[in-house]
Amino acid sequence: MNTKKIVVVGNGMVGHYYVEKMAALEQAFEITVIGAEPRPAYDRVHLSEVFSGKDPEDLALTTREHYKQIGVQAHFGDAVVSIDRENKEVITELGRHFAYDKLILATGSYPFVPPVPGSDAKACLTYRTIDDLGAIRAQARLGKVGVVVGGGLLGLECANALKNLGLETHVVEFAPGLMGVQLDEGGSGMLRSMIEELNVQVHTSKATQKIVAGKEHTLRMEFADGGALETDLIVFSAGIRPNDQLAKQAGLEIGERGGIIIDYHCRTSDSNIFAIGECALFGGKIFGLVAPGYRMADAALSQLSDSPQSFQGADMSTKLKLLGIDVGSIGDSHGKTLVDDKVPASFLYSNDRERVYKKIVVSPDGKKLLGAVLVGDCSDYDNLLQLYLNDMDLPENPEHIILPADDANSTAFSAMQLPSTATICSCLNVTKGDIVAAIDAGCTTVAEVKSSTKASTGCGGCAALLKSTVDTELAARGVEINNHLCEHFAYSRQDLFHMIKVGRLEHFDEVLNKHGSGLGCEVCKPTVGSILASLWNDYILKPQHLPLQDTNDNFLANMQKDGTYSIVPRIPGGEISADKLIVIGEVAKKYSLYTKITGGQRIDLFGARVNQLPEIWSELVEAGFETGHAYGKALRTVKSCVGNSWCRYGVQDSVSMAIYIENRYKGIRSPHKIKSAVSGCTRECAEAQSKDFGVIATENGWNLYVCGNGGMKPRHADLFATDLDDATLIKYIDRFLMFYIRTADRLQRTSVWMNNLEGGLDYLREVVIDDKLGLAEELEAQMALLLDKYQCEWKTTIEDPERLKRFRQFVNSDKDDSHIVFVQERDQPRPAKEQERDALTTA
Amino acid sequence: MTNAALSHSPFDPIAIFDRSDLQENAGVCVLINDVQVAVFYLPKESPSIFALHNWDPLGKANVLYRGIVGDLNGERVVASPLYKQHFSLDTGRCLEEESVCVPVYEAFIEGETVTITLQSRCHK
Repeated sequence: MNTKKIVVVGNGMVGHYYVEKMAALEQAFEITVIGAEPRPAYDRVHLSEVFSGKDPEDLALTTREHYKQIGVQAHFGDAVVSIDRENKEVITELGRHFAYDKLILATGSYPFVPPVPGSDAKACLTYRTIDDLGAIRAQARLGKVGVVVGGGLLGLECANALKNLGLETHVVEFAPGLMGVQLDEGGSGMLRSMIEELNVQVHTSKATQKIVAGKEHTLRMEFADGGALETDLIVFSAGIRPNDQLAKQAGLEIGERGGIIIDYHCRTSDSNIFAIGECALFGGKIFGLVAPGYRMADAALSQLSDSPQSFQGADMSTKLKLLGIDVGSIGDSHGKTLVDDKVPASFLYSNDRERVYKKIVVSPDGKKLLGAVLVGDCSDYDNLLQLYLNDMDLPENPEHIILPADDANSTAFSAMQLPSTATICSCLNVTKGDIVAAIDAGCTTVAEVKSSTKASTGCGGCAALLKSTVDTELAARGVEINNHLCEHFAYSRQDLFHMIKVGRLEHFDEVLNKHGSGLGCEVCKPTVGSILASLWNDYILKPQHLPLQDTNDNFLANMQKDGTYSIVPRIPGGEISADKLIVIGEVAKKYSLYTKITGGQRIDLFGARVNQLPEIWSELVEAGFETGHAYGKALRTVKSCVGNSWCRYGVQDSVSMAIYIENRYKGIRSPHKIKSAVSGCTRECAEAQSKDFGVIATENGWNLYVCGNGGMKPRHADLFATDLDDATLIKYIDRFLMFYIRTADRLQRTSVWMNNLEGGLDYLREVVIDDKLGLAEELEAQMALLLDKYQCEWKTTIEDPERLKRFRQFVNSDKDDSHIVFVQERDQPRPAKEQERDALTTA
Repeated sequence: MTNAALSHSPFDPIAIFDRSDLQENAGVCVLINDVQVAVFYLPKESPSIFALHNWDPLGKANVLYRGIVGDLNGERVVASPLYKQHFSLDTGRCLEEESVCVPVYEAFIEGETVTITLQSRCHK
């Protein structure tokens, strides 16, 4: 039997997906792909990122070489112009003929440009291809103002692109609201006000009548309501139209308003021709998203196998970030579905201060989710989508799903409740059943399940759901969830801490020889390094400790994206003299450093090359500064308000206490960073309740709060003890910190640590205050040892020529890293972006 | 001279420096004809010295020499200090992204002298 010839017309995302999948089949086909664009398939979804610094090459989904390797003949930059169905071949613009047994049309779509007089002007552009981006960029250089016509999903993406190009950006929409397809009126309104806050001007209910030459800018748009808008360029993004001309000429059935009609096998009216993606019309609908296109490709491909599948339409729910704003839409977001002639019920949560809008549409009996709209916060999207897709029963009070969670109405979503048909990863179409099967087949970690099922290897949005599914399944099987540090140590951090302490081990090699295997890695080395430092507080850059330190600890500074470092001198309690401020200013000026005030009441100096660090620190140390340990998993800062020395309301001297605490615990290595603050009265200006340990003054002494944090998952600290005198306060903090250092997991903040302690806060009080474990003396002694061995790591470093060798960029040259280039912004340096660097280095 | 020393052409650009410039179980960087090469020294391994291009193709900065070295499933690797992807010290292959690879170069130690050439070792 001859090998079947497959010709794929179009090399967009869907065409490429089909080709990749087909080449991976066991059955051999002769595959030819023909793309009209001059380059192989690329990721169109993330097109606008090219304007925020991404290289067009980063968008590539494949290369010519890759196609060659997988045995696919690929031709780019030569469009297919006709199909000869009788002889089963296609003919290209350059007159080449390609014979086929099966033909796949993946010709995609083109942007719709409304037939407005003047819309053919040179400054009128579209937004779909990499070449379009070039044209937009070129036109943007000539002007200051840009307009996007179309306030849908793509239009707002494009507005983001114009904004990134530095244009004054407007969005002009015909309909009364933005994203009318996906959002209801309220959600659309919230989105609009959030977008306007970003200085993108939104004009809705505007019909453009004509485009003429402008007075102040290149073009002038005249609207039906008599208004007008001047601009230097216009990008049309008012919807897409299927590329169906080729099919039409070949006599294939086409929908009334365009689109190649396909059946649920993705077959066109010619049984040897399939159509997939945005050129195809299924059930009277064009599917303008990538995921349904992929599902069509799967269905079309399966027709060549023994087990044909069908395409049944696709869910158009979507979650995305537009101009940095989270937007999600699920199912019937407008609440138009009638169930037994009854109108669905809606539940709405709208918060103007936090800028959050959430609506769910629920069946009249309140049992099923029909749709949802989320603007400003998509954290509920995954849960809602699962409820919707799997037709799961809602809780009795469905509104609790979207109300801000607190302990009273928490609706923690359990992966256990999901049916096995539930899709966990929609990019790669992996169901809960697939994951269960992978675990049954022997996978015991998330990583193994990922590599076996490919789940969460697309956009990664399902990572948390995947992990909870795997963990729940493993737990249900009685598998103990592995808390081994890494492949080199079959112990938790807490176990290792204990073994190192009891064995009095002082080197990584000793620890590895006794308790581990292999060479170590970037997980266990810093962990052991940190434990050694917590126990013995040796200088961390000693030759035996240096290779253990994470990048930042290794160079005693914080690495930034371009490989330069930032420097944070310690400013205890946030108190600094004028002379010291001047020194920081002088140093920043001398070395051209970018300076920024941090949230921890100190000053960060950015843009130091690795070889400048010792020189800069010599000057800082000379002026009396010490390292701030901003690079370490260690105590960072102790913030303070001015307290009763200045403030009319202060009841204690919060600054003195903050300085004392910061100096006491500075430099101590811990499982994660530790932050603290001291407020001089109950007004709490130092925000002590958002810290790992916070102190708030009372008339009678100090209240101690523990286990709070800001950041990704903020948590208020819990009140631990009240009205303490100075000595008791410090004693409790000593014990608390040391107990945390001993027993927490790697990279576990105090809040998570406490939640995982059996008995929680009460237990912690019993250990620290009541000394239930009889550990208090030991914890205090351990702390005293650490305090005794404190040294400023930078002072030690600059005094040791052997250590300074580490800070050379090159061991054999005095040159600098030529890739580090700065540009000026607001009178300060910042790293050049890719395109700026190109311009600077080629100029 | 060892065989290794003879195997590169006399015209290959090279860098020669002292063993004491190396950092045990960590990396340093050398410049050869404007090419930045990260050199890692694992005294207990054989070979004990590895040379990779210093450019992190995923983090897009010249930083690989500052990464932590170790092994993963028996493969000797350096972890990018920026985003922690692993690059094989022996082949330059990125363990997380199959299509990504950094060039690896010939490196050897004779007595107290370290030699790095721009001769790349091919592993594909």
